[in-house]
Amino acid sequence: MTLAVDVSGLDKRFGDKHVVQNLSIQVETGRITGFLGPNGSGKTTTLRMLCGLLTPDSGEGEVLGLDFRREAERIKRQTGYMTQKFSLYEDLSIEENLAFVARVYSLPDRRRRVTESLERLGLENRRRQLAGSLSGGWKQRLALAACVMHEPRLLLLDEPTAGVDPKARREFWDEIHALSAEGLTVMVSTHYMDEAERCHDIAYIAYGRMMARGTGDEVIARSGLVTFRAEGPGADRLSRKLADRPGVAMAAPFGSALHVSGTDRAALEAAIAPWRRDPLRWTQVEPTLEDVFIHLMNQSRDNFA
Amino acid sequence: MSGLSLNRIMAVLVKEFTQLTRDRLTYALILAMPIVQLLLFGYAINGDPRNLPTAVLVQDNGTFARSTLGAIRNSGYFDITEVARTTAELDEALALGRVQFAITIPADFTRRVVRGDRATILVEADAADPSATGNAVAALASLPREALRHDLTGPLAARAGAPPPFEVVVHRRYNPEAVTAYNIVPGLLGVILSMTLVMMTSLGVTREYERGTMESLLATPVRPLEVMIGKLAPYVLVGLIQTVFILGLAKLLFGVPMQGGWGALSLGIILFIMGSLALGFLLSTVARTQLQAMQMSFFYMLPSILLSGFMFPYRGMPDWAQAIGALIPVTHFLRVVRGALLKGLGVSDLWPSLGALLVFVLVVVALAMARYRTTLD
Ligand SMILES: Nc1ncnc2c1ncn2[C@@H]1O[C@H](COP(=O)(O)OP(=O)(O)O)[C@@H](O)[C@H]1O
Ligand SMILES: [Mg+2]
Repeated sequence: MTLAVDVSGLDKRFGDKHVVQNLSIQVETGRITGFLGPNGSGKTTTLRMLCGLLTPDSGEGEVLGLDFRREAERIKRQTGYMTQKFSLYEDLSIEENLAFVARVYSLPDRRRRVTESLERLGLENRRRQLAGSLSGGWKQRLALAACVMHEPRLLLLDEPTAGVDPKARREFWDEIHALSAEGLTVMVSTHYMDEAERCHDIAYIAYGRMMARGTGDEVIARSGLVTFRAEGPGADRLSRKLADRPGVAMAAPFGSALHVSGTDRAALEAAIAPWRRDPLRWTQVEPTLEDVFIHLMNQSRDNFA
Repeated sequence: MSGLSLNRIMAVLVKEFTQLTRDRLTYALILAMPIVQLLLFGYAINGDPRNLPTAVLVQDNGTFARSTLGAIRNSGYFDITEVARTTAELDEALALGRVQFAITIPADFTRRVVRGDRATILVEADAADPSATGNAVAALASLPREALRHDLTGPLAARAGAPPPFEVVVHRRYNPEAVTAYNIVPGLLGVILSMTLVMMTSLGVTREYERGTMESLLATPVRPLEVMIGKLAPYVLVGLIQTVFILGLAKLLFGVPMQGGWGALSLGIILFIMGSLALGFLLSTVARTQLQAMQMSFFYMLPSILLSGFMFPYRGMPDWAQAIGALIPVTHFLRVVRGALLKGLGVSDLWPSLGALLVFVLVVVALAMARYRTTLD
């Protein structure tokens, strides 16, 4: 296996805020890695350092086989970066935005490339429409089209589907998987659980530190979390009573059911014992990724914040 | 390190040009501003500058000549900075703008005063900027009566009465009718160009930061100098359109004379446009918001209008103001435009001003490149 991203010891401070702390990350070529973590945990900062938009205070390593500190220019040519906030020119048309990208990367056959890109997007008929007048979902798809036009080998997507409706999100992810199937390596930050599950790998960071890494199943298994699910009338309303009991790491309603998790099985069972009777039905379940993430977040808050 | 890429420059240039033509404000700024300002400033603006540099050619070494010179000096308006030996030297000093006045006291001055035979002295004024010469010329009226009061005693006492012992002949050169508009209108070219160009380009980089598009732009392989050239090139066209428009209006509305000097004028215009654009770009790398960028350009406009010799005669300003004025490109541009249009001077005469403009361009471009950040740090 080859690594598209292999950096270690990444640090970044803004003033006295230590935003990314001794972070190491490896990403295998051709895989989709989901980048998760609470707001302000340093996801955007990390992605920006990887594509040379921010200078790390320390850290060494390679991106696409190039020294990521010294060869930022060459890395930029082979990387597509989609910013968290829409950053194409709203006062240019769809076509003009794509033509700008084609020129900036000195792509041969510019007209053909732009037309192809428009066709792939299904926007040939609206090519003269101003980018600023597109809906959120279309803006995201246009931004994606713009950042893959120069056929990058690495794609960095920063919360690409924030505020986009479910259908548009699904189409967006179909596109990402299609690109990945062509060999592209993708790092994508997101807050959506269903999107985390669509990734090959997951990296969870909180307060600038890497908390969990691996496939979804690996992350769940390594968390050491035990989860019980309660169903029945009023189950969801128990969460507040249970949350503060010893042995309970967290208790969260899931629809009308309740998930209660902890890392110590005996303590957890003792905690839920008073309610383990009719009319509630209790079963032990696999923790979901969401259970694990919330747990990791609570843990890191206790440790660092 | 590879060199500049024409593709990337064109990418930025085409984008910038498209955005420019899509913004209605552009047209208003390019055409409406010159009209409004020409009408506003077409009126005279006056000052009362003193100690104006003056060259003298004294061909008579009699006492009366010396006394007359002393009186001229004492009037407070004339500061004798050059003593010419020939008429050619005297002419040159005036033509190149080293002095505002050239005074000739002819060889037979003393003799004619003694004989009461219509003695004259000749005062040539560079009237390209009439407000600079007006009061000084007025002060000459009382000169003949005052100058020789102490000398004309004894047998010559009769010469002190009416008619006055000699006459002052004033020649207004370059703008004989002292039309203020002739001076103001070419000056407006500099003011309008810097207003539009500095203001428009100072928003350039700042706008990309404010709208968030800078993040995408920096993620592409485009280089700082390419961004700068691509962003500024469309505005060279804007500057040239304005120049033609303003000079056209100047001829049409005010009948400003155009004596030639086209080579120096074109060179000056190109350098000045480049300098203004580079300055705007520099400001936009310093400003954090578009509002700040606007404020900075206004701040720059103040000395450009007040200390450049546009509003008040440069020579009438105190030394510190002249020192600041010398750092402002408009000052040098005005000298080029007035020199070329009103006096028909060429590159060989105007090189000090052209050189100053060139230095300004180079320094500002270097500063802008040093300020431009290739990361978001
Ligand atoms: N340019 C900056 N200057 C100062 N602080 C910053 C800057 N960029 C980000 N931060 C801070 O760094 C922290 C991490 O931000 P970010 O990387 O955007 O997190 P995320 O993308 O995970 O939400 C936040 O507290 C944010 O306020
Ligand atoms: Mg972010």
